[in-house]
Amino acid sequence: MLFPVYWMVNVSFTPEQDMRKSPPSLFPVHGTLAGYRAALAEQLPYLGTSVVVALGTVVLTVALSAPAGYALAKLRPRGAGVLNFLLLAAQMIPGIIMAMGFYAVYLDLGLLRSVPGLIVADSTLAVPFGVFIFTALMSTIPDELLQAAKTDGASRLRTFWSIVLPMSRNAIVTVSVFAFLWAWSDFIFASTLDNGGSHEPITLGIYHYIGNNNQQWNAIMATAVFASIPAAVILVLAQRYVAAGVTAGAVKD
Amino acid sequence: MTTDVLRETGTAATAPAPATRRRRNLDRWAAWGFLLPVTAYLVMFYAYPLYRNVDLSLRDYTVRSFVRGDAPFTGLANYGVVLRDPAFLPALAHTAVFTGVSIAFQYSIGLALAVFFRQHFRLSATLRALFLVPWLLPLIVSASTWSWLLNSDSGIVNAALGAVGLGPVNWLTSPQWSLVSVTVANIWIGIPFNLVILYSGLQTIPASLYEAAALDGASAWQRFWRVTFPLLRPVSAITLLLGLIYTLKVFDIIWIMTRGGPTDSSTTFATWSYRLGFGTLVPSFGPAAAVGNLLVITALVFGLVYIRFQRKLVAS
Repeated sequence: MLFPVYWMVNVSFTPEQDMRKSPPSLFPVHGTLAGYRAALAEQLPYLGTSVVVALGTVVLTVALSAPAGYALAKLRPRGAGVLNFLLLAAQMIPGIIMAMGFYAVYLDLGLLRSVPGLIVADSTLAVPFGVFIFTALMSTIPDELLQAAKTDGASRLRTFWSIVLPMSRNAIVTVSVFAFLWAWSDFIFASTLDNGGSHEPITLGIYHYIGNNNQQWNAIMATAVFASIPAAVILVLAQRYVAAGVTAGAVKD
Repeated sequence: MTTDVLRETGTAATAPAPATRRRRNLDRWAAWGFLLPVTAYLVMFYAYPLYRNVDLSLRDYTVRSFVRGDAPFTGLANYGVVLRDPAFLPALAHTAVFTGVSIAFQYSIGLALAVFFRQHFRLSATLRALFLVPWLLPLIVSASTWSWLLNSDSGIVNAALGAVGLGPVNWLTSPQWSLVSVTVANIWIGIPFNLVILYSGLQTIPASLYEAAALDGASAWQRFWRVTFPLLRPVSAITLLLGLIYTLKVFDIIWIMTRGGPTDSSTTFATWSYRLGFGTLVPSFGPAAAVGNLLVITALVFGLVYIRFQRKLVAS
């Protein structure tokens, strides 16, 4: 299972002249950092754009889905069932469909090849998921606690901000992790809505790299390693949330 | 009804009834206040693009009319074009094979691994976490890594085949193998998801059942078929349905590894739609949207099955 990942790292260290060697070396014995130097020199702006887009997507996703989760979990308005159904259905729409629709809309709005446009499009991957996670975790907050706040004269907004949000830390982390990863790895919106822009994300960086140069595979793989760093960091730091997110998103809701 | 209200509001026991009702009403307004952003968002960034997409599929668009917005309405003509296209039946077959084979292998390998990880051993948690890696990697990274693994001249796979005396295979550049190659890569990517869900499903099966089965003399294989598998059925069904919905949409892997080629040999609905709309210099948005909408309808049908199934599960 992990061999392809190992191979990516191995190739990223392999000197160019050994790339076509047969059989390929199993370890980067005469390893070189040339691939990384080339990747750093050419891919840094793409990485920067990806960071901005992914963080923007996280902020937008949490800002939209946390209040919605609170309302669905605790205030239980009429029509909540319909909204839940629509959110579920939204997750089933293929990316290419959303991309084409967005292309038509952005053409009118002048949002093609813009970072905010990409942030909004990427957030559609995570918002429905975010609402479900927030609803699930916020419904475990005891009603008595919110009742007590009300008795003390706190408004609903205040209750949400000072009690519900701080108690939903786990949900915030889970949603942020997924929103970040999905935005970071998005290729379809990047290639349809942002292709040729002055700020392209790293997925397009790799894509152009493969297209333009079929020789420097160590540099391509070094870029792939860079692009994988967030996933690796998240795996180490937030493993618990990742597993919780997959199961909560898929089984419980 | 009134007792419910009293219990829910708590302090209302001493308050007069009209005030309680007003508070309930206020709550409802407050709830929609909190839901307003997400509702507006759904309308603007789901409903409206989807509407535009349906509109695209019903008009005759060229690049120029796309910019000027004066494309003539042609009804279902684009759908007719798509259905008569020689690429239609192959794309349908590829989508079915790619999806069916992918989820069958993802599920069975994921289940085998989940059962394996059920026995706790040293480092089992760490190893299980490492198995998540393929799923967390950006798809473009996985796809380009697999492209290099399967490269005809210098890929490790052909080198390994050569070592056991088999000739090289043109994994990505021959029509016989391209669909196999993208399916293998997709299976690899989907295993972790299946593993995580099935593993958490296994956790809910009480250990006492296994002890009882062992006391009755059931072999490990019998314990799996008679205890694990039947009790896991609800979780399995959800895993398979989600796998189906996700796999129907797969685009990145195929596009990056083969672009649906050579000569359409690995084209699915998702890549076909993309190629029509964005993959050429002369985009045909109308047919592209039509192909995409056929895909939406398929996904929604399975989606409704999923929702129904979930309702039943919640009810029981």
